[in-house]
Amino acid sequence: MKNVLNTLLILTTCLLVLSSFTENDNSGTGYQIGDVATDFSLKNVDGKMVSLSDYKDAKGFIVIFTCNTCPYAVASEDRINALDAEFKKKGYPVIAINPNNPAIQPADTYEAMQQKSVEKGFSFPYLYDESHTIYAIYGAKKTPHTYVLKKEHNKLIVKYMGAIDDNVRDGSQVKKRFLAEAVNELLHGKEVTVSETKAIGCGVKA
Amino acid sequence: MGLICMVFFSLGACKNPEDRLNNDLEEASSLSSLVDVPVITFDELQERIFALDNDTLYVVNFWATWCKPCVKELPAFEMADSVFKDKKVKVVLVSLDFPEHLEQGVRPFIMDQGLKSEVVILDDPDANTWIPLVSNEWSGAIPATVIVKKGKKHFYERSFTVEGLDSEVRKFL
Repeated sequence: MKNVLNTLLILTTCLLVLSSFTENDNSGTGYQIGDVATDFSLKNVDGKMVSLSDYKDAKGFIVIFTCNTCPYAVASEDRINALDAEFKKKGYPVIAINPNNPAIQPADTYEAMQQKSVEKGFSFPYLYDESHTIYAIYGAKKTPHTYVLKKEHNKLIVKYMGAIDDNVRDGSQVKKRFLAEAVNELLHGKEVTVSETKAIGCGVKA
Repeated sequence: MGLICMVFFSLGACKNPEDRLNNDLEEASSLSSLVDVPVITFDELQERIFALDNDTLYVVNFWATWCKPCVKELPAFEMADSVFKDKKVKVVLVSLDFPEHLEQGVRPFIMDQGLKSEVVILDDPDANTWIPLVSNEWSGAIPATVIVKKGKKHFYERSFTVEGLDSEVRKFL
């Protein structure tokens, strides 16, 4: 009897392990709303490595895949600074990641990122996805491409994906702040109403 | 991407270099205005292409002058426009350049590259509304292409080679 129980236990464990692998196998498609997002350790423009687990007090994160060169990313720079100013103090800091490969997009080097960060006075980490893998796990297809993650039971759950707002070209003409509304809903303990939006962006060059 | 576009026309009938330069500039500017680049909304794009019920196969490419992979694949679309001209195939290059970039960027680019395909600039900032109307599969990254006939769309979020686009278009002829 004990043997049978042991066998059952082992089989159940195997099934659980297998099913968890299946659930997390997002290769190629990227995250869906509700998925557990991966942490990472990427080099910031100040030379230090940054992980989401470094932020013990954060309630969540605004992760933005962006770059130096894409006109849509450039048009969003001030808005990304503003998002960090608005939400870092509320527990949702901005973490920016450049997924592009300088071999393909020469102005997206780490040195150019450092320069951009200084010029634009970025108040947030601007990380280099040097192995060009994190963007693929997240499923970022373009720059800018944003994700809002919320800490739940020490896991980072994807709550929002897509655009910063409804006018990527011109911040002064924005009518709907999709990302900010999503974070505000989370801060008020609500679920996100509009959890996926789309904007034109430059395809990730990696 | 830096765009330097100089247009020179050789004119034999000028008296001196200064006149010749003036003539060149006049001619360049009149030719430039001949390149018709309509700035349209998404509703207008729908009316022009996606809502049509004729026999033409439209190859619609979303691109921008500053998008390197887009510029790299333009020869494939130019090829399709000329090779399949007699087979009711029409290429439309939908530029997502900022409309204020038309005179200094897009129009000189079209002339410099000698683009023969129709080019329009899509001026519709509310992309969250119209991207899914192009295709639910589209993340919003460019380049992206739609091959459409009588409202039936096939969507591609990728680059095309000359051969790749040729064989894709032939599937629908």
